[in-house]
Amino acid sequence: MNSFQFEVSPILLVDLSLLTMLLLVAVAMLRSRHLFAVVMLSGIYSLLSAAFFVSLDAVDVAFTEAAVGAGISTVLMLAGMLLTSRREKPFEARRVPVARIAVFATGAALIYATIDMPAFGDRGAAANSYVGQAYIEETPNDIAVPNVVTAVLASYRGFDTLGETLVVFTAGLAVILLLGVGSTRGGREVSDVPPPSDNEETR
Amino acid sequence: MDRLILKVTTKIFFAPIILFALYVQFHGDYGPGGGFQAGVIFAVAFILHAFCFGLEETKKVLPPRALLVAMVVGVLFYAGTGVATMLLGGSFLGYDQIDPASTHHAGQHYGILLVEWGVGVTVASTMLTIFYHFTGREPDIDQEDW
Repeated sequence: MNSFQFEVSPILLVDLSLLTMLLLVAVAMLRSRHLFAVVMLSGIYSLLSAAFFVSLDAVDVAFTEAAVGAGISTVLMLAGMLLTSRREKPFEARRVPVARIAVFATGAALIYATIDMPAFGDRGAAANSYVGQAYIEETPNDIAVPNVVTAVLASYRGFDTLGETLVVFTAGLAVILLLGVGSTRGGREVSDVPPPSDNEETR
Repeated sequence: MDRLILKVTTKIFFAPIILFALYVQFHGDYGPGGGFQAGVIFAVAFILHAFCFGLEETKKVLPPRALLVAMVVGVLFYAGTGVATMLLGGSFLGYDQIDPASTHHAGQHYGILLVEWGVGVTVASTMLTIFYHFTGREPDIDQEDW
């Protein structure tokens, strides 16, 4: 039985301040009705999570979070916001707060589940043993690239990454199909002919 | 001429962003990064361009048709690498077959680079396609409208 010693290390302070800021940003997002502010706060949230991932030594994940979460997602949310209104509709308080009860129950269950979680960096944890350990041990012999993450992503799990690429591709195709290639109705240019029946209604 | 500082800054930053994307793309074996991140950074350079100079100008630089082709080419490049290793006598995406005589798994390096290139091309073109279609539907909005 090793005694648990609590010491205030600089990393702990960084982690705590990052998590506190994450919480504050999340609460600010919930309270704001101005969609532009919410989008910007979600970008800040992603950037803070990226910083937190760096603190957890997951630089690849942090990089992706910073590029995709804080970069592209924010831009796409802003672009999506252009298609809707700038403000959220006023909130009407219901008599029975079903959503609130559901959220708090789920949150309590998640916090209860963290008690069972292994400590950070635990050798015996499921994520660090079996196949994860095998990847780290065998990458120098099998793949011989320094970055284990790339070796797992592109070589060991090449099929998965092909699937992910197809998912991205399908998302692009779906957007093209839904929003149209040549036609931007309501925008600047419409190159296709509107159907004859509703000629009066289309601009 | 409005937004002069933004335009000059964008012009200065445009090439380094693309250079950084290519660095992330080809350095994924050795450091953090890879096709997904590189593709996003590449797309961000053009999104910055669109923010500053307007979408129509960006569409002249990188037409939507070309992006559609690039999306397909990227996926086919990835799957084609797998088919190529099969034709060389290995399994699907079995990169060792690219250079079987190598003692330091050069085939794996080549395979990972090829596959990541396919991912990068697909991600960059898809992100830009989504961006084009989302922003292309509304006319340019005024600064006050935000």
